[in-house]
Amino acid sequence: MNCAHPARPRARGQTLNSETGTQTEAEVPGLTRLFIEFAKMSLMGFGGVLVWARRAIVDKHKWMTAEQFNETFALCHFLPGPNIVNLSVVFGSRFRGVPGAIAAFLGLVLPPVAVVLCLGLLYSRYGEIEALRRTLAGVVCATAGLFFATVIKMLQPIVQQRSVIALAMTAAVFAAVGILRLPLPPVLLVAIPSSILIVWLMRRRAAS
Amino acid sequence: MNPVNQLFTLLWTFGMLSLFAIGGALSAIPEMHRIAVETNHWMSDRQFADMVAIAQLSPGPNVLVVTLIGFHVAGVAGGLVATLGMCGPSATVAYFVSRAMERSRDAQWPQLIQSALVPVSIGLMAASAMILGLSAGTSWVAAVLVAASALVTLLTRLHPLLMLAVGGWLGFAGVI
Repeated sequence: MNCAHPARPRARGQTLNSETGTQTEAEVPGLTRLFIEFAKMSLMGFGGVLVWARRAIVDKHKWMTAEQFNETFALCHFLPGPNIVNLSVVFGSRFRGVPGAIAAFLGLVLPPVAVVLCLGLLYSRYGEIEALRRTLAGVVCATAGLFFATVIKMLQPIVQQRSVIALAMTAAVFAAVGILRLPLPPVLLVAIPSSILIVWLMRRRAAS
Repeated sequence: MNPVNQLFTLLWTFGMLSLFAIGGALSAIPEMHRIAVETNHWMSDRQFADMVAIAQLSPGPNVLVVTLIGFHVAGVAGGLVATLGMCGPSATVAYFVSRAMERSRDAQWPQLIQSALVPVSIGLMAASAMILGLSAGTSWVAAVLVAASALVTLLTRLHPLLMLAVGGWLGFAGVI
């Protein structure tokens, strides 16, 4: 399994080099390297690791072209689970199979988990101190603002396309989970198939 | 509940959630809130919001809020088990799907599913924002601070961490 995958990235390295005109081939990262690189991205990633992952994988090490990275990330985004964790697993496995996936995953997750556990310990000790409570209340407000901003940014393309059905679907999911506080699994088991059906029907109508 | 049972509960709960977290970890916040605050009474609404905020303050993927929840419930082992539960199942799916996609590159269905999932994940993200917004408090000062943070994020290129620091400083200064 280790040998099966590196063939593709190596071929990628060559196409990339023919574009940039350099002689060297993009090297295939080993397990230690995968662990260390993902640990670095992760520890630099305040408020999201994606930017740093793109910078390291595409710009710095040229392990993937921008298109390959976007394609891989799109796949990881539509699959369930934390996107960047999925990306680390898919990326690691393309180069080094299952051990590569595990090395990249552990690099991404272990160092920040250690940091977060320390913060959790501090919080459980001192979380009830008045000054810290006030400070965290302020951070909560700022975080809520960041989340709202993310929603607005995500909504922009649908609003621009005047896609009424997509907006209705967004509103329905929001109402079910955010207002009615229904459990997520049943909501998704209804919302996802209906959304897929609607998109499929619309495309078929557009095609005919 | 005895400690081993607690670890199993965490593993099972977050393992299931892992497969339903469409659009990433932040979209799963409403369900985490339901599980941790409403169903299991592991923590108060304020503690939950604090943990989301602490996870935003720390480096690494956003999913690490589950590490804090697990730690709160069952110590270091709880934090590790919750993290593994939240990442493991979806990572396994991602591994197999990406291998299958290598073989069928020109398939139409991934793109179809992707556009179908976009409105669903926006709806979930909006629910996350609202749940955290409600935890932030119902005072008008809190509401103004939430709105200001959203506007600054949308209109400027200020680093999110700086935004959180300003919020924390205002809170410390007793504005809220």
